[in-house]
Amino acid sequence: MAIRTEPVTINLGPQHPSTHGVFRLRVTFDGEVVLDVEPVIGYMHRGSEKLAESRTYVQIVTLTDRMDWLASMSNNLAYVRTVEKLAGIEVPERGMYLRVISAELQRIASHLMATGFLVNDLGAFATPLMYCFRERERILDMFEMLCGARITLSYMRPGGVFQDAPDDFWDALAVFLRDMPQYVDDLEGLVTGNEIVLARTRNVGVLDAEKAINCSITGPMLRASGVQWDLRKADPYEIYDRLDFDVPIGSVGDTFDRYLVRIQEMRESLRIIEQCVAGLPGGPVRASAPNFIRPPEGDAYAAVEGPKGELGFYLVSDRGIAPYRCKVRSPSFINLSALREMTVGWKMGDLIVIFGSIDIVLGEVDR
Amino acid sequence: MTTALSPQTVAARINEEHPGAATGFDDGYVQLELDSLVDVMRLLKDTPDLDFAFLTAITGVDYVEYFELIYHLLSLRHNHSVALKARCYGRDEPTAPSLTQLWQGAELQEREIWDLLGVRFEGHPNMKRILLWEGFPGHPLRRDFV
Repeated sequence: MAIRTEPVTINLGPQHPSTHGVFRLRVTFDGEVVLDVEPVIGYMHRGSEKLAESRTYVQIVTLTDRMDWLASMSNNLAYVRTVEKLAGIEVPERGMYLRVISAELQRIASHLMATGFLVNDLGAFATPLMYCFRERERILDMFEMLCGARITLSYMRPGGVFQDAPDDFWDALAVFLRDMPQYVDDLEGLVTGNEIVLARTRNVGVLDAEKAINCSITGPMLRASGVQWDLRKADPYEIYDRLDFDVPIGSVGDTFDRYLVRIQEMRESLRIIEQCVAGLPGGPVRASAPNFIRPPEGDAYAAVEGPKGELGFYLVSDRGIAPYRCKVRSPSFINLSALREMTVGWKMGDLIVIFGSIDIVLGEVDR
Repeated sequence: MTTALSPQTVAARINEEHPGAATGFDDGYVQLELDSLVDVMRLLKDTPDLDFAFLTAITGVDYVEYFELIYHLLSLRHNHSVALKARCYGRDEPTAPSLTQLWQGAELQEREIWDLLGVRFEGHPNMKRILLWEGFPGHPLRRDFV
């Protein structure tokens, strides 16, 4: 005799340990199988885009810190590059090198968090996560040397960076570059070959390349689906065209590939930082841009490859000291477009893992 | 490097297929007629040598007399990009055609524009507010919002 079942709609969140923030998933289940998923967001909407319309161009840097707080440097970089494009400000060489070094350190920190929390969601409670936190802590210490802050950095300014790196920073960076490759190997040794991890992530939540492109997916998620697209290579900004690095891609587009792409990207970031340290030029770190920038009338869009994907800013200037419009193209928000494709048909436990592999930060989703 | 296709060339290509759809080109943008938006986008997406399969971003700006919608398109295969603008008139309930039938990535972005700027997208499967709650008075990114 067939058992009669009835679909049940459950709210996952807004307070749920797997969402890493205030995020609600309205999920319809048939037994344990997901029938439909709808993300409900906005719990953390602070109106950053509206606030930006009444702040000067330099003040807005602090607003960008509070979007993706796991990758403030990348947010800073995307924003200041847009302002520089709009106002035609040239950045000195040393400033660009420092920006690339800090953005790549930030990418490692962000990928560490993504990996740590993914493994945490898989049920490997806290141990791998603490490994990741430990190494991230060293990156935050270096950021503290650069600018005095650890999370909300505001290190960059239109025209360069706020100050040159102190000597301590270079010593700490040298130690970090020496230790980190071994550490990434250790982390991989804990996770990559683990049977439970493989069983839970391989072929789970597959997103094929065509669908990923149709959903405007960017970043490690797109590359895990086998599309070799990285703005640092495809449209090099700052000094990336002079650096030698590879763009790792996945083959299946499953949760495991998304994890593996991030691990490999950490190694590539280390290569980039090493080359930057070796080729670091002298000179000023910041162009002499006024504190009240009045860009000529017009608009500009510029984007960088953030840890989560293409992070872009679109600014409109009306010659005032504040932008007429400041729009953020945030990867966390747009990467949610594929959530339904990836999760329908999987079970409750897989839903959590697939969702974790997208790697979103709610400050950037809600802005 | 991503090459930005010259708006003049793209506008000419569009007008070949859909006469009058592209009304002009300046400052790196192609100006589009709102009514033919879906047809033009389909043309840009499906023509092999253009191949704009990737919708990078949709932006809305309130210029008080009209709302401007800006579409940034990208071709991953040819590594070139184009940006298009379309104007949307009226303040009570301005509407624009939805691109969700072409790109699923447009779904959340169009909901955001409806929520914050109050431009309604016709043909969208789920035209609800996204960041604010239903019943929130007004659309905060409009210039006349306090």
